[in-house]
Amino acid sequence: MAEPLLDVRALDAHYGDFQALFGVSMRVGAGQVVSVIGANGAGKSTLMKCIAGLIRSRRDAILFNGAEVGDVPAYDMVARGVALVPEGRRLFGSLTVEENLLIGGQHGRPGPWSLARVFDLFPILRERRNVAAPSLSGGQQQMVAIGRALMANPDLLLCDEISLGLAPAVVREIYARLPDITASGMALMIVEQDIVQALAAAQQVYCLQEGRVVLEGSAASLTRERIAAAYFGVRSAQGSHHGAA
Amino acid sequence: MELLNILLQGVLVGGLYAMFAAGLALIFGVMRLINIAHGDFIVLAAYLSLIATEGLGLGPLTSLVIVVPLMGVVGYALQRGLLNATLGKDLLPSLLVTFGLSIIIQNGLLQVFTADSHKLSAGAIEVATIKLAEGLWVGVLPLVQFAVAVAVIAGLHLLFYRTALGRAFRATSDDPTVAQLMGLDNRKVFAWAMAISMGVVAVAGVFFAIRANFDPSIGPARLLFGFEAVIIGGLGSLWGTLAGGIILGVAQAIGAHIDPGWQLLAGHFAFLLLLLLRPQGLFPKVFG
Repeated sequence: MAEPLLDVRALDAHYGDFQALFGVSMRVGAGQVVSVIGANGAGKSTLMKCIAGLIRSRRDAILFNGAEVGDVPAYDMVARGVALVPEGRRLFGSLTVEENLLIGGQHGRPGPWSLARVFDLFPILRERRNVAAPSLSGGQQQMVAIGRALMANPDLLLCDEISLGLAPAVVREIYARLPDITASGMALMIVEQDIVQALAAAQQVYCLQEGRVVLEGSAASLTRERIAAAYFGVRSAQGSHHGAA
Repeated sequence: MELLNILLQGVLVGGLYAMFAAGLALIFGVMRLINIAHGDFIVLAAYLSLIATEGLGLGPLTSLVIVVPLMGVVGYALQRGLLNATLGKDLLPSLLVTFGLSIIIQNGLLQVFTADSHKLSAGAIEVATIKLAEGLWVGVLPLVQFAVAVAVIAGLHLLFYRTALGRAFRATSDDPTVAQLMGLDNRKVFAWAMAISMGVVAVAGVFFAIRANFDPSIGPARLLFGFEAVIIGGLGSLWGTLAGGIILGVAQAIGAHIDPGWQLLAGHFAFLLLLLLRPQGLFPKVFG
């Protein structure tokens, strides 16, 4: 890979005394789709929060577009081209659907994504544009959350558990839209517990376990057995032991 | 006719109380901060207007052109330099700091302007009246004051629901963490909210100082009226503050008619009664 879009180098993250990430390294190339999988508490969401700037880290632990951004706050990362679809959607409850989308673009960058383009991607939102966000169904709320992040025209879109709490049919519908998003050259990092979705959508896969990368490879090269072993912390085929087990 | 007159006077005073309340409601709505020094800022604005009228020869209403932006700058700087550091899950630090500010402002004003009471003179408009019906006259100034109060609240409403800044206020109030993901720096959003709150305070302070005598010690009582109007109206509702102000004003007018000593007491009784009957306020819809 030439100069990657995102280069995470030995990232540590802490919540007070608790260390959530231990020397995590990963790369995302421009326009690439990367999945990060792992069980509950593996550090997936923490990793995304670090990249988005919600958790500050060592300055040189995260490089984005060649710049050291580990200590850049979230409100500046938007202008640099990173947008996060947060876990649990977290729409603004007192704003309408349209206002939720507009605020996503308020401090974003110029680019192909606009209100009209998001409405083309998720036509149901055009019908419900003047409705208060909390009155939407879970799937529609997730569409707004994705649209809100797209409005900033990021180079890298971080999607945290977008299938959480949604019916399988709705999840398939949302995942079916992802190629339309990446077609514009936007890179995507998807955090999922649903391995099947994560593998199908991604070119590159990282598996986290207890704050460490325990497996990485192209989606095509990883067998289900290797992923299951990494995911559940079962002793892997090479016979290496996990220290914390 | 006499009853109608009392009600009318009460309603018009209510506009002033609504302006006291709107600034409080705005910052509570956006950042959950209760500004104990709010009343003292009203008095500070009155003194700034006094300086402008005496020093520059402006009329008090014209002085708003200077006092409103000046108070806005004070609000922005205060939020960035001090109050942002007090915000968090705990309400206590901001209560304590603004309580301290209240004492500092009162004593600072006392030091500079002494305890003498002052009043702003708006000239002929103060005594001008309009005859509405036989035996029913209304002062032009109270009428202007009420119209300005309605305009201020309508303006705030438009700002909140029709502008990008208002959207940012509501979003930050809803979820300050996710608001950062939208590129919004909470500290700047809060500073703008305080600037606008102080602009409203400036308008309220000048109208108050035309209406009544003021001295450095009267801020806390204005804070109380503002609080009561906010609570009656429902925390965080802008139009609710107007309703709350009017109810408070009418109750005081009726009380004063029964016995002049009952003016304030009647207002407090109305407040307690509403709190008992409808603790969530009349319009509990919170922006954010």
